[in-house]
Amino acid sequence: MKSPSTLKFVLAASALGFSFAGAAQAQETIKIGSVLSATGPASFLGEPEDKTLRLYVDKINEAGGINGKKIELVVYDDGGDANKARTFATRLVEDDEVVAMVGGTTTGTTMAMIPVFQDAEVPFISLAGAIEVVDPVREYVFKTPHTDKMACEKIFEDLKKRNLTKIGMISGTDGFGASMRAQCIKVAPNYGMEIAIDESYGPRDSDMTAQLTKIKNTPGVQAVVNPGFGQGPAIVTRNYAQLGMTGTPLYQSHGVASKSFIELAGPAAEGVRLPAAALLVGDKLPENDPQKKVVTDYKQTYESATKQPVSTFGGHAYDGLFILVEAMKRANSTDPQKIRDEIEKTKGFVGTGGIVTMSPTDHLGLDLSAFRMLEIKNGDWNLAQSGS
Amino acid sequence: MAEFLQFLISGLTVGAVYALVALGFTLIYNASGVVNFAQGEFVMLGGMVTVFTFAAGVPLPLAALFAIVVSIVVGLLLHRLAIEPARGASAVTLIIITIGASILLRGVAQIVFDKQFHKLPAFTGDAPVDIMGAAVQPQSFWVLGGAGVVVLGLYVFLEHTVLGKAVLATAANRLAARLVGINTTTIMALAFGGSAAIGAVAGILVTPITLTSYDVGTLLALKGFAAAMLGGMGNPLGAVVGGLLLGLLEAFGAGYLSSTYKDAFAFLVILIVLFAAPQGLFGRRVVERV
Repeated sequence: MKSPSTLKFVLAASALGFSFAGAAQAQETIKIGSVLSATGPASFLGEPEDKTLRLYVDKINEAGGINGKKIELVVYDDGGDANKARTFATRLVEDDEVVAMVGGTTTGTTMAMIPVFQDAEVPFISLAGAIEVVDPVREYVFKTPHTDKMACEKIFEDLKKRNLTKIGMISGTDGFGASMRAQCIKVAPNYGMEIAIDESYGPRDSDMTAQLTKIKNTPGVQAVVNPGFGQGPAIVTRNYAQLGMTGTPLYQSHGVASKSFIELAGPAAEGVRLPAAALLVGDKLPENDPQKKVVTDYKQTYESATKQPVSTFGGHAYDGLFILVEAMKRANSTDPQKIRDEIEKTKGFVGTGGIVTMSPTDHLGLDLSAFRMLEIKNGDWNLAQSGS
Repeated sequence: MAEFLQFLISGLTVGAVYALVALGFTLIYNASGVVNFAQGEFVMLGGMVTVFTFAAGVPLPLAALFAIVVSIVVGLLLHRLAIEPARGASAVTLIIITIGASILLRGVAQIVFDKQFHKLPAFTGDAPVDIMGAAVQPQSFWVLGGAGVVVLGLYVFLEHTVLGKAVLATAANRLAARLVGINTTTIMALAFGGSAAIGAVAGILVTPITLTSYDVGTLLALKGFAAAMLGGMGNPLGAVVGGLLLGLLEAFGAGYLSSTYKDAFAFLVILIVLFAAPQGLFGRRVVERV
């Protein structure tokens, strides 16, 4: 990879000689790349990310850009296809010559793109959920969303406070559900959790009463955990109420952290708990909460610009963009290497997902406090009283 | 016993939907020899159009009726614009056309509606009914009853009306039917419209339970097709039995065996049946006349 970039440098330098004005113009913008799943099955993730990036890049440019330079955002839509994502990643690196990338909607597309950015030595801030993205740590890869492992830990922490230790699990067999299920099983012993029964359902199943009946008939189950996203958890929640199981606490994951879940599950969602980012309960956060301002500002800006309810997914893109912008400001350079170093030095960055402090061994930078335990009451999110 | 009943009713409810999709397959297959893979999209249209019309403030029964009309129109257009012009083509070509049509319908639905999941209120409340210890959603009775009415209606239509007999005649022998003065093109259009209506009814009945989105049709088409194959392609009774059986296999598989392997279990049974009786449970043996 070295020799082509040297060649490009020589070409660029000679172009500079020939046309100073043209080169000066090129100097005024900073190219940031993005590959998102704005259409396709993951579009409910990619679409708000896409809108958020465009919205805020415009805002940053209106306010004068970064260190006087405007941002030029190059966005490609991979439609959720990992092969396409990789092709676009190569295009971003080789043709568009971006200085950094914020994108990668799903774990699948992100994993396909990682080698491209690692080889090209261009920083890549991923918006994908799974822990594999940053574990093991790769020099140029960062991410903003919470991991499924953290979600399990947050749930178990809450269960432990309520003295509930014997749980049933019902997980979706889609990528998200399967990955979180595996993480939960892995960390359960650390919290003294006993998984008495472990059921699953297909991502498009429309009836989970059979699995839930089995859980209901398993003696001693004190709480039920449901890792999954999409319509599955809504149906689980409805079937749960149908079978009269609401006396046993039900925990959902951050995968359903959008208003549509409450809408779909209806009254059955009352009392359901889930770990989620502060963004969902921005208006209910106490005034002294450090994230209060960021999340309410983002929510207001996004909702007034797009006329759509805010989701945590768009928030991940917001966090990624601003971690990058602040790193570039600090680096005062468009050299990918320097930007990378500054991203890694991110400390105390207040985003929608939590307070980010990265290190050479932690390219996520969030701890469990980034998750809030929410409880659905009267058809809305509420901060759960811990220990109750 | 309560457990058994719970699985039974859950299986029958899901099975009733598969049965309706399989019936739609059967109707079109009988009239034209085409396996219409856009059948699932009619279910999607039924649900989605009702959701959006209802959200616009139209009373639920009217919204449902409107959704059925829209689906019938789409079914007729599918026949008029895609199947009819390719009249002379082989069955395989026509099947590929229906796959293309289903992709198109899904894409259009994605743009016209949105990519979110939607629900409808249950027709008669959400409070579960207790049947000997099994908790049943009242909507399950609507699904089962609705499926029963559709099946009965279709039976009466096919067996006791002249038009229905014309459909059967076309199915039996297109050339002979034409010779006795049956307009087979009209009959084909009728089959597409009818099966669109059946699909839409299934979509409307089941949406309060299963939720709907622009892409629910794919899997339903697959399950409905499996049900139709299991029962014997072309036999309305087979379609109903096949659908219910598939639903029950899934529910009992998930309940008594393992939820991880319930789909595998259902498809394994189908494979075994088809190995033993390739024409399906109620299928006619196809005799190649030379």
